[in-house]
Amino acid sequence: MARNIQSLERAAAMLRLLAGGERRLGLSDIASALGLAKGTAHGILRTLQAEGFVEQDAASGRYQLGAELLRLGNSYLDVHELRARALVWTDDLARSSGESVYLGVLHQQGVLIVHHVFRPDDSRQVLEVGAMQPLHSTALGKVLAAYDPVAHSEALEAERTAFTDRTTCDTASFEAVLDLTRARGYATDAEETWEGIASVAAPIHDRRRMPVGAVGITGAVERVCPSGEMRSELIAAVRDCARAVSRDLGASRF
Amino acid sequence: MTDAHTAGAQSHDGPFIAAIDQGTTSSRCIVFDRDGRIVSVDQKEHEQIFPKPGWVEHNATEIWTNVEEVVAGAISKAGITRDDIKAIGITNQRETTLLWDKNTGEPVYNAIVWQDTRTDALCKELGRNVGQDRFRRETGLPLASYFAGPKARWLLDNVEGLRERAEAGDILFGTMDSWVIWNLTGGVNGGRHVTDVTNASRTMLMNLHTMEWDERIAESIGVPMGILPEIRSSAEVYGEVTGGKLGDILGGIPVASALGDQQAALFGQTCFEEGEAKSTYGTGTFMLMNTGEKAINSYSGLLTTVGYQIGDKKPVYALEGSIAVTGSLVQWMRDQMGLINSAAEIETLASSVDDNGGAYFVPAFSGLFAPYWRSDARGVIAGLTRYVTKAHIARAVLEATAWQTREITDAMTKDSGVELAALKVDGGMTSNNLLMQTLSNFLDAPVVRPMVAETTCLGAAYAAGLAVGFWSSTDDLRANWRRAAEWTPHMDADTRAREYKNWLKAVERTMGWLEDDES
Repeated sequence: MARNIQSLERAAAMLRLLAGGERRLGLSDIASALGLAKGTAHGILRTLQAEGFVEQDAASGRYQLGAELLRLGNSYLDVHELRARALVWTDDLARSSGESVYLGVLHQQGVLIVHHVFRPDDSRQVLEVGAMQPLHSTALGKVLAAYDPVAHSEALEAERTAFTDRTTCDTASFEAVLDLTRARGYATDAEETWEGIASVAAPIHDRRRMPVGAVGITGAVERVCPSGEMRSELIAAVRDCARAVSRDLGASRF
Repeated sequence: MTDAHTAGAQSHDGPFIAAIDQGTTSSRCIVFDRDGRIVSVDQKEHEQIFPKPGWVEHNATEIWTNVEEVVAGAISKAGITRDDIKAIGITNQRETTLLWDKNTGEPVYNAIVWQDTRTDALCKELGRNVGQDRFRRETGLPLASYFAGPKARWLLDNVEGLRERAEAGDILFGTMDSWVIWNLTGGVNGGRHVTDVTNASRTMLMNLHTMEWDERIAESIGVPMGILPEIRSSAEVYGEVTGGKLGDILGGIPVASALGDQQAALFGQTCFEEGEAKSTYGTGTFMLMNTGEKAINSYSGLLTTVGYQIGDKKPVYALEGSIAVTGSLVQWMRDQMGLINSAAEIETLASSVDDNGGAYFVPAFSGLFAPYWRSDARGVIAGLTRYVTKAHIARAVLEATAWQTREITDAMTKDSGVELAALKVDGGMTSNNLLMQTLSNFLDAPVVRPMVAETTCLGAAYAAGLAVGFWSSTDDLRANWRRAAEWTPHMDADTRAREYKNWLKAVERTMGWLEDDES
């Protein structure tokens, strides 16, 4: 059996030490309890502190367990929380782009639409919250598959239907699309799911840079993607929105 | 291709309108462009002062300083100058009352906030043998501790030497709109002492039919006429920004609107037609329906109030119903019951079941408000069986907000004879999809959310923009209104009727909980 990594073992021992008995310990207490040189102990504590697993009390200089540990067991982001945080930004995206906005998360083998803002014209539109979209052909789905490893494996395992003659179905080409998505930071869908419809989407990350969803706009291909090119100002608006929601999740999630 | 389609990412061209929202917990300033889009926001909270149980005060000097800061902040964030701003509008927490010295500009006491109940006993006393409806025909309001007139009387009675100073002509009365406008337009150096019809309609001192101070009522309540501001329309130029910190940045800009916050939301939602209504879902909920040029007397426990008045046009009236506990019930589930970790999670929990499992939750935490007005009622959860889970209770929590809206809507229809065609909603709880769908189901009417969530500030901006010709008419404003989402009813009539009946049975069970001597 391969040898375990010593510094990780030491870090684990420190966390156990801080979890039991007295809640706050000074550097020398920790170092002597674990039989470590002060410098070594301090290096590990500093790393744990940077990760949020340990916090240092400003007044006494003593260490205690960090809030991040609590979050580990409870890191699932409620989709309704996501919608509440995204509300103002998605309204603004709809107004600035003139197109409808969708917010999606991975659900089973597809994209669950958790929020939908109407296109800002006077046309009759139906709220599509709760609808499912395919992972492999929509912009939202591609973003999730590119950034979320669970979505990625779901997309690979599922049967990839050709909805139009532009749908990417074979594995190698699909992986290439995902590579491109990661490289550019957004995904597109030009009549790959519905004839006449194009969309652009970008990823939303939480404070630990975990992908939690995707936001994008959808509209007539003539407006969103005239002469075969996605309009760059629309791409920029979608990415701005995704960044704004991500920032909102990071800044004040707890 | 329309402008909206070519706009692409952020691009705001001037000129602009700035709106100040002097609210209960904070003061904000938002800059809007011609399309009614938000260009920049700045906000600052102020201290809530609780000197005794039931007393709530604000430091008006702190509030004015904050207003100066957020206006300067929003202008600087927008990266614009005074030449880009066409007017400033004001919306404010309603009924909060201040008296100040016109020679020094110093408040004589903290502002008494609308929620403050110190005038309860005074209001009972003022009702004499008639009761709380003594001034209702003239003012549209019942004698209740919210309204400004009795608060002013309390100050005059309780601040040493104040009545003499008031009678000597040194004291000015105002709600927060008056305080902000007076300071904006120069303060001790010629500041305009005015209020608008919507704010004046919440003082219990204004006659709704003449739009003038009612001398007889002012005398009965004990407020000298000399301290009252001039009543003006909601959309006209009251004066120009003059002097002080803002004089340097915005000197000369017209101060051109004032509306109480709920009326501003009605205006921002462009409810300009008779029968159009908006409901704002926050901690509590306020629903207003435009009743056109008629002040409708309510026999169903609603308030009659002024909706708005644009310049020298006729005033437009509204019926108002409020629900004390809506968002705060969700907070209660989170903080007191610990059934959820965040307010948004109520939807997750409620969505995990298909119905309420037979449970009904009537949150009459401090009695029943409109349309019942029963202070002896207290909250109940009715219909409990072994089958009921916390998810059913979560559902009952959301349904409580929807049924209470239905009750207000029914009362409005009864008083006005106008059926609600659609309900325009705003406020934090509109992000709750299940609630919005339930609301539509229970009302049997479409529920519509506009694209700009900040309807209160938008209303003040719209009124100011109309006053200076930035927008030419209310039709212009309607054209700016965008539907962000619409929920349509999916519930059969039998189910709706059965559920409503059960709700009403649960409501009945809250009444008379307190004995006479406790309430």
